[in-house]
Amino acid sequence: MTTTTLPVTEPVALDWSAIGRELGYRPDAPFNIGWACSDRICQLGQAGKTALVWEDVHGAHRRFSFDDLRLLSNTVAHHLLELGLVPGERVCLFMDRVPELYIGLLGILKMGGIAQPLFSAFGEESLQVRLEDAGTAAILTQRKHLGKVRRIREALPGLRHVIIVDAEAAALRPDEEAFSLDSAHRPESFQAYPALAETPSILHYTSGTTGKPKGAQHVHSSLLAQYYTTKLVLDLRPDDVYWCNADPGWVTGTSYGILGPWSTGATQVVLDSGFNAERWYGFLERQRVTVWYSAPTAIRLLMREGTPLAKRFDLRALRHLCSVGEPLNPEAVVWSEQAFGRPFHDTYWQTETGAIVIANRPGMTIKPGSMGKPLPGVTAAVLDPTSFEPIETPGRLGLIALRPGWPSMLRTYWRNPAAYAGKFKNGWYLCGDKARLDADGYFWFVGRDDDVINTAGHLVGPFEVESALLEHPAVAESAAVATPDPVNMEVVKAFVTLKPGFEPGDDLELEIMNFVRKRLSALAMPQQIAFVASLPKTRSGKIVRRVLRAQEWGEPVGDISTLMDD
Amino acid sequence: MDELKQVILSYVIKEYLEEGDDRTVDAETPLISGGIVDSFSMVSLKRFLEKRYAIQIPDAEATPDAFDTVTRIAELVTRTQARTDGRA
Repeated sequence: MTTTTLPVTEPVALDWSAIGRELGYRPDAPFNIGWACSDRICQLGQAGKTALVWEDVHGAHRRFSFDDLRLLSNTVAHHLLELGLVPGERVCLFMDRVPELYIGLLGILKMGGIAQPLFSAFGEESLQVRLEDAGTAAILTQRKHLGKVRRIREALPGLRHVIIVDAEAAALRPDEEAFSLDSAHRPESFQAYPALAETPSILHYTSGTTGKPKGAQHVHSSLLAQYYTTKLVLDLRPDDVYWCNADPGWVTGTSYGILGPWSTGATQVVLDSGFNAERWYGFLERQRVTVWYSAPTAIRLLMREGTPLAKRFDLRALRHLCSVGEPLNPEAVVWSEQAFGRPFHDTYWQTETGAIVIANRPGMTIKPGSMGKPLPGVTAAVLDPTSFEPIETPGRLGLIALRPGWPSMLRTYWRNPAAYAGKFKNGWYLCGDKARLDADGYFWFVGRDDDVINTAGHLVGPFEVESALLEHPAVAESAAVATPDPVNMEVVKAFVTLKPGFEPGDDLELEIMNFVRKRLSALAMPQQIAFVASLPKTRSGKIVRRVLRAQEWGEPVGDISTLMDD
Repeated sequence: MDELKQVILSYVIKEYLEEGDDRTVDAETPLISGGIVDSFSMVSLKRFLEKRYAIQIPDAEATPDAFDTVTRIAELVTRTQARTDGRA
């Protein structure tokens, strides 16, 4: 009998110090991401090169060079210091995809602050929980989102500064501050905070099965991984025009919508617009985009609009397509070859990894539906869920795990070292996802290993949804699980029991949906609500989501002997 | 503006525009591409229309494009109503 040996246990070594030298990074010497993405590019003789072309849905248009990035991030950094903020304090960015968001992130890093980007569609409860946990000292936001900030401000005594980037001071309350990139003092030179390799840089919040969202804490030396993978996987070259349509409120929009491309000196384009197939294709055509990093949900929405629509636009400039967030179904890979003449390359990573760790790299044979292979410098495996040892038989289901050691891995969860420690077994970092390996060493995603709901590539914690549901006056008990969805892969489904005096019905369903949407976000809003007489519970009274989830997915419910009888 | 559009517009402003958001929204304002209603929120807007007008909008027709302005939404509702009436 022969046994196939899996090549995954043979990682390709990578000399990170060589990558560091390209970036002007030396261990133990000061290194600041904000500087590396702006001043450094200018010093390389590319000050006049276009760094950002920005458009919005109304046709507004702005262009920024790398020298503009340098000067305007100096402006933000200087302003924050003038306000009395000090290095190490958390500064939240709560904005749509406006230039102030992209430039503001570099400015916060330059002054030594810890940037905390948050999705601007978050409702007030989602916002409050994350600002509270981080102990955020300042928030940069827009007039349109100010209402949410005002409603929670009293509960956040540590939030000293509310800074609005698009308002006149006269329109604001005395405890709010107006700041304009166009009119603020622009310091020609600014000494970036001398961060070291392990100095905290960015906090990205992510949801888990239990408890509140956790802040994945990254450091300045993480840029080595974002820089390297941007070149290796996204294949960005000096003449490329690059579009990452992710929002910087999520890690993709930061790692590959700001840090990766600008650390390589690439020109990136941003469209501040929700989904619209014609508008997106028009943008790709007009900007002559060459490299596009998108997501399966967007690709499936484009598929629904049909190939003929794509063919109406001149998209011949596109030369490389990548995708992230959830598994890219084989149909989408095949469709993209028809529509664009080239396939989307699936990539795998998460908030905690900070950068791509498994991918279909340029030049690799793509197996449609596969996540690809681990990158050089990354040791990845599929572990047996009981022994936590690597599985050595192709096709066996297990847990995706990584050996710590690549530069962009989270260093901890903010003020939650116990949760961080809980992510490791036998020296492996557990990603929380299940996969299989094939005999060629390709990873095949199967699903989450926990109750977290992956909707359109964003993780929603069931606990948060259930807590919000319980705040509704009609809801007695709640459970939130993932249910299949053809576009978003999964969406939230809620099961609720009602308090006496309330009757199920369409009116109540819509009311509860909107209630959760406004508190948390549209992502977390249950798209279906089942009113039930009781929920499955253990004999100790704990609600058992796995039974509900299994029903939704048509899977065996497993052992129910410990459940309470109705 | 006819009553159907007015009802939809009022609902959009009440449910999806933040307090303090001073943008002007009319029947032609881009809702999905303009970031006022995202593709997830579209589900609750669809549910409202179905309940209010006693119709079932097929999922295949509930696209971001069909929901991008109040005018397009009104056209979708009218088309769906006509089909519903035809079946009745």
